[in-house]
Amino acid sequence: MRLHRRSLLALALATGLTAPSLALAQDDTIKIGLLATFEGPFTVLGEDGERGALTAIEELGGTAGGKKIEIVKGSSDASPDSAVRAARKLVEQDGVKVLVGPLSGDEGIAVKDYAKTQPGVTFLNGASAAQDTTFRDPAENFFRFGTDGAQWMAGLGTYAFNDKGYKNVAVVAEDYSFPYTQVFGFMAEFCKAGGKVPSKSWVPIGNKDYSSVIAALPDDVDAIYVALGGADAVNFLSQYQQSGGSAPLIGGSITVDQTVLTSQGKTRDVLIGTPAAGPTADTNDAPAWLAFTEAYKKQPNAFPSPSLFAHAYYINMKAAILGLNEVKGDVSDGGANLRAALSKLSFDTPTGKVSLDKNRNAVADIYLTEVVEGPDGNLLNKLIKVVPQVNQTLGIDEAEFKALGAVSRDNPSCE
Amino acid sequence: MSLLDQQRASVEGGGFTRRQAWGLFWLLLAAIVAWLIFAVWPAWLNAVLTSKKAFVSAVMNGLTLAGLYFLVASGFTLVFGLMRNVNLAHGSLYLLGAYIGYEVGARTGYWLIGVAAGFVVLAIVGVLMQVLVFRRLEGDDLRQTLVTIGISIVAADLMLAVWGGQTYQLATPEWLDGAVTLPIITAVRSNGASVFLTYPFYRLVVLFAAVVIGVGLWLMLNRTRVGMMIRAGVDDRAMLSASGVNVHAVFAIVFAVGAGLAGFAGVVGGSALSVAPGEDVRYLLASLVVVIVGGMGSITGAAIGALLIGLAEQIGLVYFPTYGVVLTFVIMVVTLAIRPQGIMGKAR
Repeated sequence: MRLHRRSLLALALATGLTAPSLALAQDDTIKIGLLATFEGPFTVLGEDGERGALTAIEELGGTAGGKKIEIVKGSSDASPDSAVRAARKLVEQDGVKVLVGPLSGDEGIAVKDYAKTQPGVTFLNGASAAQDTTFRDPAENFFRFGTDGAQWMAGLGTYAFNDKGYKNVAVVAEDYSFPYTQVFGFMAEFCKAGGKVPSKSWVPIGNKDYSSVIAALPDDVDAIYVALGGADAVNFLSQYQQSGGSAPLIGGSITVDQTVLTSQGKTRDVLIGTPAAGPTADTNDAPAWLAFTEAYKKQPNAFPSPSLFAHAYYINMKAAILGLNEVKGDVSDGGANLRAALSKLSFDTPTGKVSLDKNRNAVADIYLTEVVEGPDGNLLNKLIKVVPQVNQTLGIDEAEFKALGAVSRDNPSCE
Repeated sequence: MSLLDQQRASVEGGGFTRRQAWGLFWLLLAAIVAWLIFAVWPAWLNAVLTSKKAFVSAVMNGLTLAGLYFLVASGFTLVFGLMRNVNLAHGSLYLLGAYIGYEVGARTGYWLIGVAAGFVVLAIVGVLMQVLVFRRLEGDDLRQTLVTIGISIVAADLMLAVWGGQTYQLATPEWLDGAVTLPIITAVRSNGASVFLTYPFYRLVVLFAAVVIGVGLWLMLNRTRVGMMIRAGVDDRAMLSASGVNVHAVFAIVFAVGAGLAGFAGVVGGSALSVAPGEDVRYLLASLVVVIVGGMGSITGAAIGALLIGLAEQIGLVYFPTYGVVLTFVIMVVTLAIRPQGIMGKAR
C-alpha cells in the first residue's frame, strides 16, 4: 500500500513537472514532417529537396505563425509502400499536422490515398509530379504548389518539331506514373504538331544496364526522348556514349536536371545541346531566381544551381509556412482553416506567380531550356523561352482533357 | 554409362545411345545459335524479335553480365562449399571494392591501379574477416550466417556515411573507350551495304577477363596442390583436417580469393555500369540466385548459373521489361523443383 502511494506521488510529481513543459512545447513549436527519398536510386534528389525546404524555412526566419518550426524527417526509397510507411510514421507516431512530401510520382499517388484516411492532417506535395495525384480522384487535404510532369513539358514538343526539326522520336522512360505523365505532356504537343513516336521503351526503375535497351532502339529516328532520373539517367547517358550512340537526345525534366548534370563521368558529350523543359532554368536572370540561388547555395553540399527538387520542396514548404502564418500557427481545428487559407493562397516564387486550381494543383510558369557549358565548365540549362501560367490541362478544355484518358504505357500513342 | 546401359540403350533406341542423342541435340542448338548470330535475318524473324541488332546485343550483354555475376558468385560458392556458411556480406565486398577502386583510380589517375587495389584490399579484408570473425564461430553455421547479415548492414551504413548516396562512375582509360565494329551483319540497307554490329569495347574486355579468370580458377582448383586441398575440403572437411592439412590456411586462402574477386568485380562492374548504395544487395541477391541455380560449391555450376541468369535478365529487359525480373526467379523455382541441389550440385 505504501509503495502504491509512493508511486502515485511520484507519478503526480512527474506529471506536474512535465505538464507545463509539454504545454510550452505545444505553444512554442510546430512540427512539420519532411518526407523525401533519402535512400535508393533517388537519394541525391531527395537530399537536394531537403536543401530546398530548409532554404524556405531559413528565408522565413525559422518560424511559422509565430511558432518555431521543428522539422521531422521521414525517408523513403521511391517506392510507394516505403513512402506510405514513412508518412504513417510521421503522422501517427511523431504527430505532425503538416507534412511536406513525397518526392517521386508513384509515392505521390500512394500518399494522396493515405491522406484520405487522415483528414485532420494537411499534406503538401514535395516534388512528385504524376498527373493523377491531383487530377483524378484527388484528396481534399493534399495540395500541390509545384506543377505536374505533363505541365513541365509545356513548349518542348512544339520546339522539338518546329525548331529542331525532329519528325520521328523514340522514347526511353522509367516504367511508373511520373514518366508516363512526362511522355504524355511531350507527346501531347509533339504529335499535335505532326511528329511520330514509333517506339517506346519502358524500363524498370533502378535498372543499371541499358545497353540492350539502347541496342533495341530503332535506327531511323531523328532523336531520342529520355525521361529517366538520378542514377538511372547517369547510367543510360554514359552507356549511350559508350555504345557510340549518335542520335541527339531530348530530355525529360529530371534527366537534364542539376542532379544529373553534376554527376561524375562521361555523360557530357551526349548532353550538350539537349533541349528539355521544366519548372526551372539555371540561367534564369530574374532577380527573384538569383536571390533564391544565393540563399540555396548557403546549404551544405549544394549544387551550383538548385535542382527542380530543391525548387519544388522550397515552394511547397514556403506555401506551408505562409498558410500557417495566416492561421497564426493554429491547427487545433484539424487544420480546416489552414486548408482554406492554402486553397486561396497565391504568391510570388523564384519562378513567377503560383496559384492553385480547384483540384489544388498549381498553375505556374514553365521554362524551355537547352543544355550548355557554363563559364566555369559545369553544365547548365540555358533558358530558351518561358511558357507563362501553364495549367494542369495544358490549356485544353477540362472535359476534353479528361477524355484523353489516364496516362499509361500505351496512352497516348502516335505511331 | 556402363556397358550394360549402352547395350540396352542401343537396343531400345534403334541405333542411338542416349549420349549420342544429347550430342546431336547440343550440336543442333549450337547450329541454331550460330545461324541466329551470323546469318542475315529474314523479315519475319526481325518482326518477331524486334531486330537482329536488339537480339544479338541482348545476348552479348547477357554474356557480359554473366561474366560479372560469375566473378562475384565464384567466390561466394567456394566459401560456401568449403565452410558450409552462406556469407551474406558478400555483396558488401563487391560495393566496397568498387568504392576503393574509384578512390584509388581517381587519386592515382590510373584505372588499372584501381582495379588492382580493389582486388588486393578486399583480399586482405576477406582474410581479416575469416581470422577475426569466422574462426571464432567455427562449426556454428547459423551464428556465422547471422553475423554476416549484421556485418553487411553495418558495412552498408558505414559506406553510406563515407561515400554518400550519389552515383559514382569509374572513369575507364581512353584505350578502353568507345565502340568496336564486330563482323556480325545486323541488317542490309536498301542499297546493298551491310550494317555491322557495333559493341562497347569495354564490355568485350569485361567478358574476356571473366573467361580468363574462370579458366584460371578452374586450373587452380583442378591442377594445383592448393586446389586439390580445397576440393577435398569441399567433399569432406573433417577428413582433410585429419590427413594433416592446415585447414585454417586453406580457409584463409579461399576467403582471400573469394573476397578479392568480389572486389575486382566491383571495380570492373562499377566501370561498366555505376556504383551507388544498394548495389551490395543487388549483387548478393544475384549471387544467391546464381549459386542456387548452378549448385552450391561448384565453379562450373557458378558459370552455368551466371550464364542463365545474365541472359535471362538482358533478354527479359528487351522483350518484356515489366516482367523481366520474374524470369530470373522462374529459372530459380524450376531448378529447385527439378534439381533441388542445383544444376551441378552434388546431393548431400
